[in-house]
Amino acid sequence: MKGFWAVYKKELYSFWSSPIFYVIAFVFFILSGYFFYSSLAYYSMVSFQASQNPFLAQQLNLTSMVIRPFFLDLSVVLLLLSPLLTMKLFAEERKSGTIELLLTYPISDAATVWAKFCGVLTIFCLLMLGTLPSMMLLEYLSKPNWSVIAACYGGLILMGAAFLSLGLFTSSLTQNQIIAATLSFGALLGFWIISWMKSIAQNYTARKVFEYLSITQHLDPFTKGLLDTRHIIYYILFIAFFIFLTRRRIDSYRWYG
Amino acid sequence: MIEAVGLTKFYGDIPAIQNVTFSVDKGEVVGFLGPNGAGKSTTIKILTCFMPPTSGTAKIDGLDCFEDSLKVRQKIGYLPETVPLYTEMTVKRFLQFCAKAKGINAKSTKKEIERVISECGLENVSGRIIGHLSKGYRQRVGLAQALIGSPPVIILDEPTIGLDPAQIVEMRSLIKSLAGQHTVFLSSHILPEVAQTCNRVVIINKGEVVATDTPEGLTRQLQKTKRIRLLLNNPVKSQEIESAIGTIPGVKLITPDNQEGRSWIIETDASLEPRPEIAERIVNKKWGILEMKSIDLSLEEVFMQLVTDEETEIPEPEESAA
Repeated sequence: MKGFWAVYKKELYSFWSSPIFYVIAFVFFILSGYFFYSSLAYYSMVSFQASQNPFLAQQLNLTSMVIRPFFLDLSVVLLLLSPLLTMKLFAEERKSGTIELLLTYPISDAATVWAKFCGVLTIFCLLMLGTLPSMMLLEYLSKPNWSVIAACYGGLILMGAAFLSLGLFTSSLTQNQIIAATLSFGALLGFWIISWMKSIAQNYTARKVFEYLSITQHLDPFTKGLLDTRHIIYYILFIAFFIFLTRRRIDSYRWYG
Repeated sequence: MIEAVGLTKFYGDIPAIQNVTFSVDKGEVVGFLGPNGAGKSTTIKILTCFMPPTSGTAKIDGLDCFEDSLKVRQKIGYLPETVPLYTEMTVKRFLQFCAKAKGINAKSTKKEIERVISECGLENVSGRIIGHLSKGYRQRVGLAQALIGSPPVIILDEPTIGLDPAQIVEMRSLIKSLAGQHTVFLSSHILPEVAQTCNRVVIINKGEVVATDTPEGLTRQLQKTKRIRLLLNNPVKSQEIESAIGTIPGVKLITPDNQEGRSWIIETDASLEPRPEIAERIVNKKWGILEMKSIDLSLEEVFMQLVTDEETEIPEPEESAA
């Protein structure tokens, strides 16, 4: 992994110096703030009503009414925004020709791919960090279950890493950033809505396969505070598969120039 | 130091280079000359480990470019033709990245950056963003990244393209100063550049090496007759000069250079040396010899002879800027 840190640092720097990152962060924080506010406001409204109805009050719980919807909403926002984070990773390097520098420096191809992936993942984690104040606010108002919140963040970061690995791959396919973003957005949406197929599928096996493939389906248990290795493995395999494809794609640059 | 044996590269069915073989010794400055589309960049991309050849082997310092790619890349400083740079970075930060990527240890990084900055004349712009620099400065930044870490082999793809005449002169003297310590391999389609900076020239055309020699050697090799220009103080008639020196063995043709009868071009056999005899006879005739000078074929003419094959597109030879 020679040269990993050099490329990793360069990636972070290129995010800092690009307006795209700030615009994405701005939009993300506005939307996540809105989602948090709306689920919290709804919860407090229901709580008022519940104060006259002890039976309803027993049903209320912060995890299922605020934390869970909030993180599921975030997953949709990230589905829309993560292609914009990844689109430039390879497309820009190829367009400007700097890929020639990277591929002729004493940096292994694996290091280049992993450094780019880790770079964008770091940026992604920073965005996640920005939603932490909302959770602090919950702590101030009430007693949220922090283990559930940690599981939610863990699940969201795993899912985000899967989104980014796919985006990394589509970015390596083309020199045009818009094409890269469109391809990765289309593919991610496809992986999301493939779960709808399970209601149409005729036999049990097909239904299970569609369900298993769905990228958002696997987030659900995390938002309930459930850490299931099956889902963790799904995301890890997903990431490994697209990192592998990206590396093959870099090899093909070398063969076809 | 650089060894290419039988390099062949196909893009699909189209051969870009075929059976390219040459070698470059340590400390040499070698020019790689050819018209546009001859396969210069393809060869360079193979040497710099950017792409593997379809067949043949390229070795740098005894290491195979394909097998020991990472080790070879450690030994090369490469300036690609398009001078790709991270335009959002400042010059200094970009060089820091290059130093780190090339595995230069953190202690000597600062010194190394200062060295290449002063070598390439970038002191005034080291804090500026590369995207805001002029073409000439970007070219220098590109060269600086190739020089960082003092790699033993420096490969430059058309290093002076797009520079103004003064910058070209600077770039050439910079390249010349690299000779000895570094092995330099530079491609160009500009002849005077190669003639001025290189010890040796490899000429490539349509993907094949057509000649390898020193600029002088190439000229000599292709020159079947030598030409001498004679300038006299007193005008003489054609018959007079013909009878005076036409009989000397080795003199083939005497033609007037202008109408006055004072300047003459004498073509002689390259294997014989009739010059002392010619001088003696003219002195005896008291025509007042002012000048006797041999005219060499320019490298440009050699190049034209080598690459003039009907369909080849030959670039306009650019005027020497020096």
